[in-house]
Amino acid sequence: MTLFIEQCLNGLQFGLLLFMLAAGLTLVFGIMDLVNLAHGSLYMLGAYFAATFAAWTGSFVLGAVLALGATLLVGMAVEVIAMRRLYGRDHLDHVLATFGLILFFDELVRLIWGAGGMSLPLPSWLNTSVRILPGVDYSAYKLSIILVSLAVAAFLYVLVMRTRLGMLIRAGASNREMIGALGVNIKLLFTLVFGLGAALAGLAGLMQAPILTVQIGMGENILILAFVITVIGGIGSIRGAFVAAILVGFIDTLGRAYFTDLLRLAFTKETAATAAPALSSMLIYLLMAIVLVIRPEGLFPASGK
Amino acid sequence: MADLLRVENLSKRFGGIVATDDLAISIPEGELHAVIGPNGAGKTTLIAQLSGQLTPDSGRIYFASNDITAVPMHARSALGLARSFQITSLFLDLSVLDNVALAVQARAGHSFHFWRNARREPELRDRARASLARVGLSARAELPASALSHGEHRQLELAMALASNPRMLLLDEPMAGLGPEESARMVSMLRDLKKELTILLVEHDMEAVFALADRITVLVYGRVIASGKPEDIRSNAQVRDAYLGEQEAVHGG
Amino acid sequence: MTPTLGLRTIVAVVLLLALVLLPVYVEFTGSRFLLTLFTRIVILAIAAVSLNLILGYGGMMSFGHAAYLGIGGYAVGILAYEGVVTGFVQLPVALLVSALFALVIGALSLRTRGVYFIMITLAFAQMTYYIVAGLARYGGDDGLTIQKRSQFIAPINLSNKVQFYYICLALLFASIYLVWRIVNSRFGLVIQGARSNDTRMRAIGFPTYRYKLTCFVIAGTLCGLAGALLANHTDFVSPAMMYWTRSGDLIIMVVLGGMGSTFGPLFGAVALLVLEEVLSGITEYWQIILGPLLLLIVLFARGGIDGLLGKVRHG
Repeated sequence: MTLFIEQCLNGLQFGLLLFMLAAGLTLVFGIMDLVNLAHGSLYMLGAYFAATFAAWTGSFVLGAVLALGATLLVGMAVEVIAMRRLYGRDHLDHVLATFGLILFFDELVRLIWGAGGMSLPLPSWLNTSVRILPGVDYSAYKLSIILVSLAVAAFLYVLVMRTRLGMLIRAGASNREMIGALGVNIKLLFTLVFGLGAALAGLAGLMQAPILTVQIGMGENILILAFVITVIGGIGSIRGAFVAAILVGFIDTLGRAYFTDLLRLAFTKETAATAAPALSSMLIYLLMAIVLVIRPEGLFPASGK
Repeated sequence: MADLLRVENLSKRFGGIVATDDLAISIPEGELHAVIGPNGAGKTTLIAQLSGQLTPDSGRIYFASNDITAVPMHARSALGLARSFQITSLFLDLSVLDNVALAVQARAGHSFHFWRNARREPELRDRARASLARVGLSARAELPASALSHGEHRQLELAMALASNPRMLLLDEPMAGLGPEESARMVSMLRDLKKELTILLVEHDMEAVFALADRITVLVYGRVIASGKPEDIRSNAQVRDAYLGEQEAVHGG
Repeated sequence: MTPTLGLRTIVAVVLLLALVLLPVYVEFTGSRFLLTLFTRIVILAIAAVSLNLILGYGGMMSFGHAAYLGIGGYAVGILAYEGVVTGFVQLPVALLVSALFALVIGALSLRTRGVYFIMITLAFAQMTYYIVAGLARYGGDDGLTIQKRSQFIAPINLSNKVQFYYICLALLFASIYLVWRIVNSRFGLVIQGARSNDTRMRAIGFPTYRYKLTCFVIAGTLCGLAGALLANHTDFVSPAMMYWTRSGDLIIMVVLGGMGSTFGPLFGAVALLVLEEVLSGITEYWQIILGPLLLLIVLFARGGIDGLLGKVRHG
């Protein structure tokens, strides 16, 4: 039972991580109508920056904060240099151009940091367990990921629902011409939103760094999941991204944990061991396929698209 | 004479906005029936529902006595119901002739033919050329559709609607954006077409409407406020107040 | 609309001639490496031709097209591993399985439009990747070596590199011709019309979904053929063949060469792969150049090589 609770928490943690990645993606698409494949590159940079700054400063937290800032800056720079010219163009152009950016960033990282990947060790005060329930210990770090992510989600909620910037974001998501008519400095708004998306991606990247990976190509792997989540949740919808991300996080984690056992009920040990990882990876895509069949516009489509 | 098109209790809402409100229209075969009304009256929404692009929330649409309410858009053209678009909706990167030929091809059986060059098929090209000649665009046949002027686009719209050999045309503001000469040309073309087809004409151009229409329906906020012969509509006080008043001010009577 | 003897046709003909004469050149110079490189180029050009059909002419931006390379390749690889080395079984199976996958993936994906479609095809391709990577029996992540190439009856011998090259070249010519016939047929015009204005197509009476799906299946099958050839060429298959970035490479080829043109995919395949060779000779980090180059092409030379050649003619 404790194992089950732990897996559920893992699912929650993974889902929240995915949410932060998907939130940036869906924001950028909803407001600027921009498909950004290089979003995963920002996630990767977040991790690499964190590993580097943490090593330089000797402090995990300081390294994380600096990494966040650095990713934000890179994001805004990318927006000004490259993304600006893509607004209003065909989505195919976005895909091609940002794909080019992926190639560029992957190679840049290889040039600067080498091909070997890096590691980001946890400080001792985070590298412990916390007793959350009688008999149930959970990793302190994973718990902090959950807490930080929830805080970010709450922040996004307040931002989008309660501030003027948020109103512009929501207006943009449903009616792009309107923001222009409101006389708002569109250029600045877009740079900020893109920067916010970059920061979210970087945060996700640096948070998972100690427990998962810091290597070239990590962005591509997880980008697909982020896109699947935005499709399931409905493009442009933060709420949709949240629900879909949690759903995907649970399905993927619990699937991996229990699928082998499930399969062993019906098949031999070897077949189960072979098929389980493949099938559990597929579960998410299966979910996406089902959503597509029943509700092609996503679970919570942003209106006015 | 039996009604070719009959609409009963048609309703459509978009969120809080009522676009079509319990609308009823009957159009006998051979009639040119105009639908007029101020902007936002739901005229294009009506055409969208008649052509199958939008599904009504309630009500029924009968074409040649068949209930077509649930028939998908791509099947209505085969039934003889063709539509032109208010905002030019053409195949801009294909040639003018290709545009019309596609409309012909749609009515010429299935298109799962993979080998023969369709641009060399006389049954498609000849019919397309005939349609172009009808609207006076023969000289522009080989140009990309994007090279045409706005007025010529409206003509091409009409040519495509005609090419599918319809029994009835749904025309959504064919004269939008046309100058006086072009409008006059379009009016005389429609007058010719009247003799062979039933037409539902949505228009703002009042001169054209009163010159062509056998009967007129007036829509305001999705509701029919008057329907009848042109003289009756012209003298209808309600209509004058709601709509014609502004038009006369614009057109000078 | 009628084909004229413009610069692009001349370049295409010269290129095709060069490809035909390549083995002769290799014979004289002993540069076997060139033969290997160009066999690969020709095979990937077939894949690009198939993608051009749905992307260039049909406007269907599939980001999962490399999946069919993998499917075709693995059909050959798995059958070879299980002892079925005859090409007469391997080839039809490769084509059939590719067609089936394209049917299922297309049926689901074509329910969406625009960016959704891009993402969905991407995700399905990844799904196929994971399935294949999970097949431990067939090498999983590490891939599967093919001991023996597809066997046909003598004198056909795929292990003969020159013969294999000419077979691939012939298939490339056939693919280009086939696609050319398809896009100019009734079917092809429906596809092009649907790309241009799908709503209008449905309004005039075409149920566009079934045509697009058929096109998608044709393209997937043709790409599966390329995959089978690729497996024979490298004597090896791995899940990496179908990783989504490979799909990106195919898209680059199509766009670089010129979307929706007859010879564009060939131009693009040659240009990209030759560029890769040249650039990687200059620096290990050549993708740093390729990346921004792609961005520049998108911004300034959208019509690709074919477009540029066309412009030159008109001045």
